[in-house]
Amino acid sequence: MIVAAGAPAGPIVPNFGSGNRCVVENHTFCWSWVNAHWGDTLQPALSQHVELSAIAIGIGFVIAFTTGLLTYRRRWMSRPLEGFSALLYTIPSLALFQILVPFTGITTTTVEVALVAYTLVMLFPNIVAGLNSVPADALDVARAMGFTRRQTLLSVELPLALPTIVAGLRVAVVSTVSLATIAAFLLPKGLGYPIFLALKEPSPFRTEIYAAGALTVALALVADLLLVALRRFLVPWARRGAV
Amino acid sequence: MTALAVFGRGSRRSNRSIEGSPGAEIRLEHVSKRYPGTNSDAVSDLSLTIAAGELCVLVGPSGCGKTTTLRMINRLIGLDSGEIEIDGRSTRATTVTELRRGIGYVIQEGGLFPHMTVAGNIGTVPRLLGWSRSEVKSRVSELLELVGLDLTLAERYPAELSGGQKQRVGLARALAADPPLLLMDEPFNALDPVVREHLQDELLRLHRELAKTIVFVTHDVDEAIKMGNRIAILRQGGVLAQYDTPDSILARPANEFVQTFVGENRALRRLALRRLEEIELAKPTGAAKRLPEIAASASLREAVSRMIETKSEALTVVGENGETLGLVRLGDAMRMLG
Amino acid sequence: MTLAAISMHDFLDAFRFIGSNWNLLLDKAAQQLELAGAALGLAIVLVLPLGLVLGHLRRGSTLAIAASIAGRALPVLVLIAALLTVFGIGFVNNMIALAVLASGPILTNSYEGVARVEPRVVDAARASGMTGAGVLRQIELPLAIPLLATGVRIAAVTVVATAPIAAIAGGGGLGDIIVNQAGYGFDGVLGASLCAMALSLIAYGLLSALERAVTPVGLRRLAELEKGNRRQEAVSVTAIT
Repeated sequence: MIVAAGAPAGPIVPNFGSGNRCVVENHTFCWSWVNAHWGDTLQPALSQHVELSAIAIGIGFVIAFTTGLLTYRRRWMSRPLEGFSALLYTIPSLALFQILVPFTGITTTTVEVALVAYTLVMLFPNIVAGLNSVPADALDVARAMGFTRRQTLLSVELPLALPTIVAGLRVAVVSTVSLATIAAFLLPKGLGYPIFLALKEPSPFRTEIYAAGALTVALALVADLLLVALRRFLVPWARRGAV
Repeated sequence: MTALAVFGRGSRRSNRSIEGSPGAEIRLEHVSKRYPGTNSDAVSDLSLTIAAGELCVLVGPSGCGKTTTLRMINRLIGLDSGEIEIDGRSTRATTVTELRRGIGYVIQEGGLFPHMTVAGNIGTVPRLLGWSRSEVKSRVSELLELVGLDLTLAERYPAELSGGQKQRVGLARALAADPPLLLMDEPFNALDPVVREHLQDELLRLHRELAKTIVFVTHDVDEAIKMGNRIAILRQGGVLAQYDTPDSILARPANEFVQTFVGENRALRRLALRRLEEIELAKPTGAAKRLPEIAASASLREAVSRMIETKSEALTVVGENGETLGLVRLGDAMRMLG
Repeated sequence: MTLAAISMHDFLDAFRFIGSNWNLLLDKAAQQLELAGAALGLAIVLVLPLGLVLGHLRRGSTLAIAASIAGRALPVLVLIAALLTVFGIGFVNNMIALAVLASGPILTNSYEGVARVEPRVVDAARASGMTGAGVLRQIELPLAIPLLATGVRIAAVTVVATAPIAAIAGGGGLGDIIVNQAGYGFDGVLGASLCAMALSLIAYGLLSALERAVTPVGLRRLAELEKGNRRQEAVSVTAIT
């Protein structure tokens, strides 16, 4: 059993003495429980989950973007990095958490390091691909017109790389939200924790599982939709015409 | 010329006259280039002078270095040896970006930026040079009109345009900052024949109006003959085979290579270069009324063709309003070829 | 004591654990592979034919793409827990959960593999009198194998890497040790984690080699080039290629 050091007064898993009929008999879904425990269980878990995911994606994106910018021109550098990324992704999240524990202990940092690693792995190839997908013609003409390197990057390459980068971000965001549930194996945080606890009961409490699960999926979908909206805003030229 | 007449203001576009900035003279002296890792020159000791306002076509088989030469003019490719001068100044005298902002560059399908509107594309160099928004806007409208595009296209994206439209936008973009020199790299290659012919005529018209120096690369010798004031025929390895007017090249090919490259029927093709309104016509005789007619805007070649068609050795040349301008005879055509 | 010293100490303990509990670890690993294999098999049997047929008909591309996205958006923990409430603890719920996870890449890649066969080739086959099924079997399927292999590889590695989580729902495998720090101590947890990592890497290596072996040489070069070109769409659709 994972020792959650200094766990707060965690989510309340009802024992069968106190609930109403729905809860006691473990029906498929009890709205009453959800209403009763939104504040002390579901909502904190949700905010923790958002926090975990957001930090991981934020840091991951910054690292992936910087590295991508520095190496996309030099295939000899980005290739091995991409290969390494693919390998990293095969490591089971549970295992990765534990492997990091000797270095950073049982803290949020450990979880974040792992999540950032996974995010990086998904974002880096996309950013490189996006930057490399800029049509050579456009670059040639930009050079011929007298753009400096910096101007070319800012006015031509980045805008044209955006669609691919946003596509990668969507994948990364959805995956990170999904992966963050596993953090519960290490820390009492995130939407995975209620599920984790519920599974430990001899008769797992359905409502809690479904509620936390639904919230996670909803969170992922909302994030995805936000990114789609962002893409439409940033990439008006893809909406029209053949592209 | 309405578009250009509007454009009176001065400071940013300093040597701006009503006609637009004059073309620049380009001088290539002993230019050579060999790509690393190859064992033959791409361009070999090329020397060429292109007069200001001239449309010079670089033509030759693939591997002859025509594109390399073009791209050395705006330093997209570096010279191994030799000099290139524009209006007397070496291309190495200024920074690369400054040089390129003064040269228009057009490639196939225009090389438009997919993420910018037509207006955005056209305004690229002016914006780089720091023009104000209203200046850019009026210039964009001006140019759209100049290249024969509807003003409503300004807010469209390249993906929504046809090949011919894209090419016109590319041209407008190259002309935006009013450069004295235009470089064009096989611009009409990807277009179907009808559109291609249209655009060739458009470019010729623009060249007459704007009098800029244009260096035009193509692999199509017929296009070269149609477009060029002078043609530079290059052979493999960037060696200059002949540099002359189209008529001279057709009449007196310098060597066997040029002869083969230019192809057959040279005499007839020379005839196509002259129009009836440009030559001296014979006085109309009384018999003129019974001769078949031909418009003065037709070429000598069309005249000869009509003569064969109508089995008549002479035709009456007729002006725009139907007035008789003179006669053209088969003998005249033959003498023209000199 | 420095951080490095602390870490080394832990890892040495872990290796000691691995050394002395070799059989246990192998057992658990085998259990995990069994679960993974079953899940993969189930996914292939159910989903691969579907993908092939949809690809052949060139319909349902939204479904194929959505499958991948859904596979990513649905956390495996939630899936396992939800299925547990239906099937109870044990092998079945985990197998189904992992099969769902594996279905994404398999459906997407089998669809894409067939749908991307050059239309001209398909036309030529049809024009010579082949039936639809014949075209699928003799032309599209062989040409789809590179992408298919990639999809199976991705699915397999995903499943092997995710299986440890199943331990929480009675799925067995190395996860059993990893979640049971009280029973095996931290050296056990770390040791099992390292083994799980190794297992994943081995699976990745083997399956990549298999994938390469299955791709005819001529198509291999083409696939490499195409992978480069297709990367921008592919990465978003088929996980890591």
